[in-house]
Amino acid sequence: MPDQEPKVAESSEKRPTGERYFMRFTRAQRYLHAALFTSFLGLAGTGLPLRFSESIWARGLAKGVGGFGAILFFHKFCAIVLTVAFLIHVKDLFTRAVMHHEKGIFWGKTSMVANWKDVKDLFGHLRWFLGLGPKPQFERYAYWEKFDYWAVFWGMVVIGFSGYAMWFAPFFAHFLPGWALNAVLVIHSEEGLLAILFIFSIHFVNTHLRPDSFPMDMVIFTGVESEEEFKHKRTQEYERLKAQGKLESRIAEAAPVWLLNFSKVVGFTAIFIGLLLLVLTLTAYFGS
Amino acid sequence: MKTVSSIALALGALLVLAVPRVAAAETDCLSCHGDKTLQDASGHSIGVDGAKFGASIHGSLKCGDCHATIKDYPHPDQVTPVKCETCHADQAAGLVGSVHANRAEHPCTSCHGDAHSIFPKADSRSAVYPLNIPRTCGACHGNAAMAQKHGLPNVYPLYIDSIHGFALSKEGLLVAANCQSCHGSHHILSHKDPLSPTYKANIPKTCGTCHAGITENYMGGVHGKAVAAGNLNAPVCTDCHTAHAILQPTAAAFRMQSTPICGSCHKDKLSTYRDTFHSQLGSLGGYVETARCWDCHGAHDVLPASDPRSPIAKENLVTTCGRCHAGANASFVQYQPHANARNRKLNPALYFVRLFMNLLLAGTLGFFMIHTILWLIRSRYDQIKRKAAGGGKNA
Repeated sequence: MPDQEPKVAESSEKRPTGERYFMRFTRAQRYLHAALFTSFLGLAGTGLPLRFSESIWARGLAKGVGGFGAILFFHKFCAIVLTVAFLIHVKDLFTRAVMHHEKGIFWGKTSMVANWKDVKDLFGHLRWFLGLGPKPQFERYAYWEKFDYWAVFWGMVVIGFSGYAMWFAPFFAHFLPGWALNAVLVIHSEEGLLAILFIFSIHFVNTHLRPDSFPMDMVIFTGVESEEEFKHKRTQEYERLKAQGKLESRIAEAAPVWLLNFSKVVGFTAIFIGLLLLVLTLTAYFGS
Repeated sequence: MKTVSSIALALGALLVLAVPRVAAAETDCLSCHGDKTLQDASGHSIGVDGAKFGASIHGSLKCGDCHATIKDYPHPDQVTPVKCETCHADQAAGLVGSVHANRAEHPCTSCHGDAHSIFPKADSRSAVYPLNIPRTCGACHGNAAMAQKHGLPNVYPLYIDSIHGFALSKEGLLVAANCQSCHGSHHILSHKDPLSPTYKANIPKTCGTCHAGITENYMGGVHGKAVAAGNLNAPVCTDCHTAHAILQPTAAAFRMQSTPICGSCHKDKLSTYRDTFHSQLGSLGGYVETARCWDCHGAHDVLPASDPRSPIAKENLVTTCGRCHAGANASFVQYQPHANARNRKLNPALYFVRLFMNLLLAGTLGFFMIHTILWLIRSRYDQIKRKAAGGGKNA
């Protein structure tokens, strides 16, 4: 996390509430998420009509954007955007791990890699759901957030590879067996369906729609969250930083009103499109 | 003076030329029937346009030649109807046993038009001139009420918007198929009659009158051979192209409608085709290039894969697939366009891939669905408790 200048902290105190704000996501991470969800919505919106090409809404949608030729174009365009975003992320990880020897990437409290605490947290959380134990305290990334991350990571590799294998089938046929050309469509469409169903139901609810964040967790858009939220959601990280005396370095300026409003418009649009696609998917899935 | 006299001379010449034929059609009769407003007791027009009649194919005949029962004047009010078969015996014989055999319902004039202005069929004024035939037949067969009454399809609108109809109505193509090209003229039989040119087994021959090359191809294919062997479940021309609403086969609409036609017999093949990218792409309008049945199997000379002439014979696959997929190679053509991921015996690898993907999907969603629902309930319960205790949203 980049160190924050002290002046940032001062300006945040101008807020009448006097509430302090803390940095969670860097600008680059927020842009990456934005590129991810816009291209994902595009891919879902153009992929679903293909998956359910027999349904009336799929044909209507395809007709609306200029037939399948246009749908295929948008799908491939979004695929390239997402591939580029993915490669930038991988390059970033590589730079941080290999060039800067940043060990916290692969293990430790701030890593995305699952550890024993995540297993304990999962079972602890489940026990808490049922009223059988106390609520676990989470570190920087909770186990479901790590799952989201790796699901997307795995999903992009699997969907991406199978997608490109179809796009450049004659080329891939040089080193893939014949049946694999059949399999890639099954893989692409099932994994795509899983991604769509997961993101538009589980991720939406876990991250945005659950009572603690309802109606939307703005931190991925603004990069900052209030002290109260930080303390409540990621108690262990908060306490750790406080004990290490690093808490002050994470203090950031509250998001400007325009960014908050802009993020709300973008975020709600994304959630609305996502839920709409979810409903269409479910109707097509259970209607067929 | 000079102009007047020359006009008079011209008129005189016209009279000299025109009068003899009208005179031949008997001026006596026309002295009464020349009145075009003349009607009989039941209100039917009995007026005759002498000039028009004179120009018609029957212009050289005398009234009495057809109205043979009228010998004197005055004649009785009720006269025997004209018997066309007196001269046109062959045509009358043709009508016997045809769908139009009922003479009261289908008098000759219902197709040939006004009895006193019948023209040869090669004359564009004739009701049975090739370009006029669809309109003539359509007078009845374009009438929805009439079609319904006789249990017939209302074919005129289908035909007129078809490739044949357009060729005829838009381009005036005399060789374009009109009604009688396929149905015949006087001896029209129901398509259920084995002697009819529109009887299923006879259709290839009927269409082959014009489409000789295609018919030859067709007769060499599995469908043609089956029909020739008496298997009337096999498709003939009209099963794929329809009888009347025939479209240009390269037209998007035809490409969109044709696959289900093949699939109406080849159900298992349609179902596995539906699972593929070819179908998924092809089902969405505007992208009609993706492979349809006949793009791979051939259209008319469909042959089994075991026949080396078939486009889906193993040795021809690279060429066949390569028509769309530039760079198709031996490994590429191992792709199975009709793979069945649900069939463990036929496609084991695909079956297990699909099974794994489905388990992954069901497992992930199932677990997180329960996880999320429990979480929602629990955190809502906590939130309410906190609020009741006076805490804030995240307190």
